[in-house]
Amino acid sequence: MSQVLHTPPPTPAPADDDLAALAARHGLSVSGARPSLPEYVRQLWARRHFISAFATAKLTSQYSQAKLGQVWQVMTPLLNAAVYYFIFGVLLDTKRNVPDYIPFLVTGVFIWTFTQSSIMSGTRAISGNLGLVRALHFPRAALPISFALQQLQQLLFSMCALVVILLCFGVPVAASWVLAVPALILQFTFNAGVAMIMARLGAKTPDIAQLMPFVLRTWMYISGVMWSIERLTGQHKGLPSWVAPVLKANPPAVYIDLMRYSLIDSFKASQLPPHVWALATGWALVAGVVGFIYFWKAEETYGRG
Amino acid sequence: MAENTFEINDRVPAGRTPAERIPTVVVDGVDIVYRVNGTGAGKGSATAALNRMLRRKQAEKAAGVRKVHAVKNVSFVAYKGEAIGLIGTNGSGKSTLLKAIAGLLPVENGRIFTDGQPSLLGVNAALMNDLTGERNVYLGGLAMGMSREQVKDRYQDIVDFSGINEKGDFITLPMRTYSSGMAARLRFSIAAAKDHDVLLIDEALATGDAAFRIRSEERIRALREQAGTVFLVSHSAKSIRDTCDRVLWLERGELRMDGPTEEVMEQYEAFTGDKGNKPKPKAKPKPKPTTAVPA
Repeated sequence: MSQVLHTPPPTPAPADDDLAALAARHGLSVSGARPSLPEYVRQLWARRHFISAFATAKLTSQYSQAKLGQVWQVMTPLLNAAVYYFIFGVLLDTKRNVPDYIPFLVTGVFIWTFTQSSIMSGTRAISGNLGLVRALHFPRAALPISFALQQLQQLLFSMCALVVILLCFGVPVAASWVLAVPALILQFTFNAGVAMIMARLGAKTPDIAQLMPFVLRTWMYISGVMWSIERLTGQHKGLPSWVAPVLKANPPAVYIDLMRYSLIDSFKASQLPPHVWALATGWALVAGVVGFIYFWKAEETYGRG
Repeated sequence: MAENTFEINDRVPAGRTPAERIPTVVVDGVDIVYRVNGTGAGKGSATAALNRMLRRKQAEKAAGVRKVHAVKNVSFVAYKGEAIGLIGTNGSGKSTLLKAIAGLLPVENGRIFTDGQPSLLGVNAALMNDLTGERNVYLGGLAMGMSREQVKDRYQDIVDFSGINEKGDFITLPMRTYSSGMAARLRFSIAAAKDHDVLLIDEALATGDAAFRIRSEERIRALREQAGTVFLVSHSAKSIRDTCDRVLWLERGELRMDGPTEEVMEQYEAFTGDKGNKPKPKAKPKPKPTTAVPA
């Protein structure tokens, strides 16, 4: 062995299994290990500017090639609402018995779209950004949260359009409009939580992204986006009595009804499910906390294999 | 194995005594295995996929999952102040090893210890072609973990270094309008703006024109002075010789040689037949003195 060396070693050489000891002696840590939950929260907080910059960048790059540019931020939701009005308001005539049907419908579509797109983009948050995950170090929860934030920004554009629609259809400006703010915050928390759950599932099984549109469409139809749940269940005499309360307590329906209640004066408090704010807060907390912990549990596995 | 490590551990960078050497990266008997889905080995791939879902672990091979053993039992210790080149023919596991050191790939066996968070030089994935160069500088900086103030402070340096604005106000144009050379320069400039403890560079020097290449090599040297340790993967013998004082040679995932740049490069060039004046490459060059790691 000695002929292998240029110069004799000045110190005795450590053996192979001493490498771990050498690392420990100099305080080195194992590469790519999952941080503790508090540490993870701290890292995520440190990246808050990245989260918002990434969301804004995604949002603005979306229409940067279009001639009309950012006008599409408002045009797209309006066109969406117009299509739904044509199908459900004109062709199917769902508007019977629903006062202020157009504001009712458009609010429903916008608020639902917020949840739907957050979940959809959350599903692809990791699997669609493997390049980023494999190149840079950051708490991976930044991605699903950033995508949910992007949808929130998108929704704020839609809300501007919504205000115009409300005023055009003679809905009066009321103090209750302020309630839209806490409702949106709660919905955002819920969306981000579900997005994180879906991000972990989608990272392991990308096939879920193919399945989600069907799940989400079903969810949309039972959440009373285009019609009033109570009127629908009122018409079907054969339905068991628990169906209407359950449908009304499902998270998108809660957030949609809250928004309708705060914005549309003909949507009365009696149409809300009981304890609606508790319900909205509960869903937000459950989804937010469970989603965050569930996502963090697999932190070290994202982008691998 | 003890002999090998013996050698590796005791290579002292010139002008240093062993007492002041501080390890920054310890790679301890690392294996890295890729599992690839859907290679369709055996049966038709739809059946294979179903099989895979139903039986999970038991029948990986039957279900068309192929294992690729990319890095095999590699051990070495990197010290503060070293610039280490990683060489080897294509597909020999260089980039894989780099990603594992960065903590971005799991190891099958063994462990990798690091001082702080090693970071790969590169922000390509975080940048968006539809945004202006200016916004990409901010986005890239934030993605690497710089604070808003840090990015603001270094913004002008980054733009000046990239030379994007030498031919007009290009930084306010979307990146998709840049030539590939310009885009590469901006990407390198953003990536090199951050100080790193352990810096991992994968073929980053091959971009841009000659003037920019010289500038970027200077920048790498500066980074190396700030950073504890620099790893450089490159196929350019010149940039390895210019930048590195120690070279690891990986071949088929195995660490074949570990030693001072010149010695390893000579052997490597003989192996690949690069210089032409060397004898025919042997399958396994005999380890010269100090070329301690037998394949």
